[in-house]
Amino acid sequence: MLRRRELLKGLGLGAFVAGVPGLAFANTPNDSRLVVFILRGAMDGMAMLAPYGDGNYASLRGKLALAAPGQTGGVLKADGLFGMHPALQHTHTLYQQKQALFVHAVASPYRERSHFDGQDQLESGSSIGNFHRDGWLNRAIQPLNSRQGGETAIAISQNTPLLLRGIQPVTSWAPSSMPDAADDTLKRLQALYANDPFFATRLQQALDSQQIAGDMSGSRKGRGNQKKQLEALMRATARFLSAPDGPRIAVLESGGWDTHARQGAAQGALAGKFSALDNGISVLQRELGDAWSKTVIMVVTEFGRTVRVNGTGGTDHGTATAAMLVGGAVNGGQIIADWPGLSTSNLYEGRDLYPTTDIRSVFKGVMAEHLGLQENFLDQNVFPDQKMVPVMENLVNT
Amino acid sequence: MRIETAIAVNRFGLGARPGEMEKLDKDPKSALLDQLQGPPTPSVYLDKLPRSDKVLTEVLQARQMQREMKRKAGEEPVQKKVGGFGSMVRSHYVDQVGARFKNAVQTDYPFHERLVRFWSNHFAVSADKQPVSALAGLFENEAIRPNLGGSFFKLLLAAETHPAMILYLDNERSIGPGSIIASRAKKARRKKRDVGINENLAREILELHTLGVDGGYRQPDVTAFAKVLTGWSIGSDQGRFKAGTPGAFLFRENAHEPGSQVIMGERFQQFGYDQGVAVLRKLSLEPSTARFVATKLVRHFVADNPPVAMVDRVAKVFLDSGGSLPAVHTALVQSPEPWLVPLAKYKTPEEFVISTHRAFDHVPRRMKVVIGALEQMGQMPLRPGSPEGWPDTAEQWGGADALYKRIEWANAVARQAGSRQNPLDIGEMSLGANFSEHSRTAIKRAESVVQGTTLLLASPDFQRR
Repeated sequence: MLRRRELLKGLGLGAFVAGVPGLAFANTPNDSRLVVFILRGAMDGMAMLAPYGDGNYASLRGKLALAAPGQTGGVLKADGLFGMHPALQHTHTLYQQKQALFVHAVASPYRERSHFDGQDQLESGSSIGNFHRDGWLNRAIQPLNSRQGGETAIAISQNTPLLLRGIQPVTSWAPSSMPDAADDTLKRLQALYANDPFFATRLQQALDSQQIAGDMSGSRKGRGNQKKQLEALMRATARFLSAPDGPRIAVLESGGWDTHARQGAAQGALAGKFSALDNGISVLQRELGDAWSKTVIMVVTEFGRTVRVNGTGGTDHGTATAAMLVGGAVNGGQIIADWPGLSTSNLYEGRDLYPTTDIRSVFKGVMAEHLGLQENFLDQNVFPDQKMVPVMENLVNT
Repeated sequence: MRIETAIAVNRFGLGARPGEMEKLDKDPKSALLDQLQGPPTPSVYLDKLPRSDKVLTEVLQARQMQREMKRKAGEEPVQKKVGGFGSMVRSHYVDQVGARFKNAVQTDYPFHERLVRFWSNHFAVSADKQPVSALAGLFENEAIRPNLGGSFFKLLLAAETHPAMILYLDNERSIGPGSIIASRAKKARRKKRDVGINENLAREILELHTLGVDGGYRQPDVTAFAKVLTGWSIGSDQGRFKAGTPGAFLFRENAHEPGSQVIMGERFQQFGYDQGVAVLRKLSLEPSTARFVATKLVRHFVADNPPVAMVDRVAKVFLDSGGSLPAVHTALVQSPEPWLVPLAKYKTPEEFVISTHRAFDHVPRRMKVVIGALEQMGQMPLRPGSPEGWPDTAEQWGGADALYKRIEWANAVARQAGSRQNPLDIGEMSLGANFSEHSRTAIKRAESVVQGTTLLLASPDFQRR
């Protein structure tokens, strides 16, 4: 198959769209790769990384409590206090190989319990009372984009999540099962869109992505279970991130983490989601090949869930949760937690895990160590008015 | 043809069918207002759908049977589910999506239909949760469609007491700690059984259905309201929850938390079900609610950044009329703002696909193909994935890939349509005064009718409303 971009270049069509930067994707320092995986719906951090060694854990968690390491359905030991959910087998191996780390009792500055505001806060990187309408990762890639002139970042979804929305051009891609439009038709559409930047920019970005995705366009996302679907997305992500002139930053999202009812413990609904996530990480690792050593995958969610079980075998909206960093470039094998404890007086509003670490510290740390962004740039452009949030260090092998 | 006509059929309606513009051109605004009460007789497509209590009972029985079969099979390989729960739910989902899609393509009351869709999205029950998938379309028909001619309170009450909503927001087993069921469980020391409150429904009513997230409520209001709503459940003919009409809304007195509750500074002393109704009535008339609803409506009908003057005006009509929906909907049509800037809204994938079918006056036969296409464009019908519903701004629909999928679909449609109809005629009929010279020229120069049709459907003129 003739590669679309070569074809378009051959026809001299890049010039059709005014104001769109060159076709090449931009680069990151040291060619590092970043994947941000947003778990929407408030993932239960107490299930992902269970504080099995906390004396109050088993009684408060009731039937959702996970057993100690070594027991049937027990957690996978991280240290004397924490263990990973038993479905996170591969991640546990990576942890032992010092390629995975967790941050616990972490939260954004948001202290209410609306998913949508919580996600907006997480993704916009706003301080309370000064809301930004664009995503912090979009603001962060400005120096990377200007260095090479092209899109550094891609959303592996039809629409772009807030995290990546903003002034900097980014692109998006998702699998298709429809036949390609003829190249001549696309060329004419570029002309038809020429006076309309909204359409012109997006078509150009889509064409760039098609060029890399190539025959992956035939893969189907709508079929199969969540494990298979995520696998397909991870394979595509790896393909983009390992293409010589491809993007270096990818954002994925996954829904269904809002486990109000029948969440399950070692097995059940949430365990199935962890298992799919764990498998997705191993697929990404395998498919990235050599690029894995330069990769950081950041798994985050908008807030946590109540410590106690609710009336329907699930948990309600809470506050602090856990975040995970995995990848060949991660300075792994550590649990970063200023653990607040689970005695009732230590719970936030008597119900939630108390937040002791600001998720923005993690973001800042990864931006500084992995993407080489200067601290003053982070303070002025990426997280303005948030200088008091410290940059977390030693997250990434440098 | 006047520009107002193009705006009326595309922005307020669902895209023109052949002859629709001519009908409206004399007085587009009055023609829209004439549609407000909806069609006098029920749609042939929607009328055929079963009632939600029947469907829910049927799918729950299928699930129960399937579980028993699995248990009996034990170690044996589980028999392939024949007519099992999953396929039954899927076929209900496809039937309902098909009926509402065909109705939208054919209706002569497209403004009413757009309002139905706006409100069912406001009270979104997403079909990605089981067994809500089998009910989401019925929710729209039973709770939303019949209630746009009355007050917002009536609509709110109908939405919150529909079994799809009760299930979607996990309220069916929300049990007050001081209720009869809870005290019995305590005596029997059945600690393992789930007995307690689930605050999901209460929170989303406050945040998404009435006041809005900045509407002035706090966590204690959520908790108190969740207690008020304990017992709002669904009837069943099985097991320990046997009571009421199976699959229909049921207030379970014995799950209800007794006593009065304070919500947003007001004490609610009513007993039982009436307590929740009283809270909903209060919420339905709050200024925050009026403002929240007005903002969403103006965003839908005018611009992604809704003009403040119009939001103020519509919110005032809402409050002055006691939340009368016809008054509010009329205010939208009679405001000057929607008529000022044509093509200010980027169509959602569903709007794009429906307006295409209306332009070709074509009712699809294989609904699964349409659903698949919509999924690819990022809008699987009735599955927004969260109680917030679908977004309503171009920014949120405007992914590069999503546009590319629209182009691919336009191309597929054009190939199917073949050369029977001239794309210039279709553009003229569907877009009227919105059909730009630039688009006409591009289509005229197309190498084939198929390519011309692709260009028309993918053009900014057709992609916006």
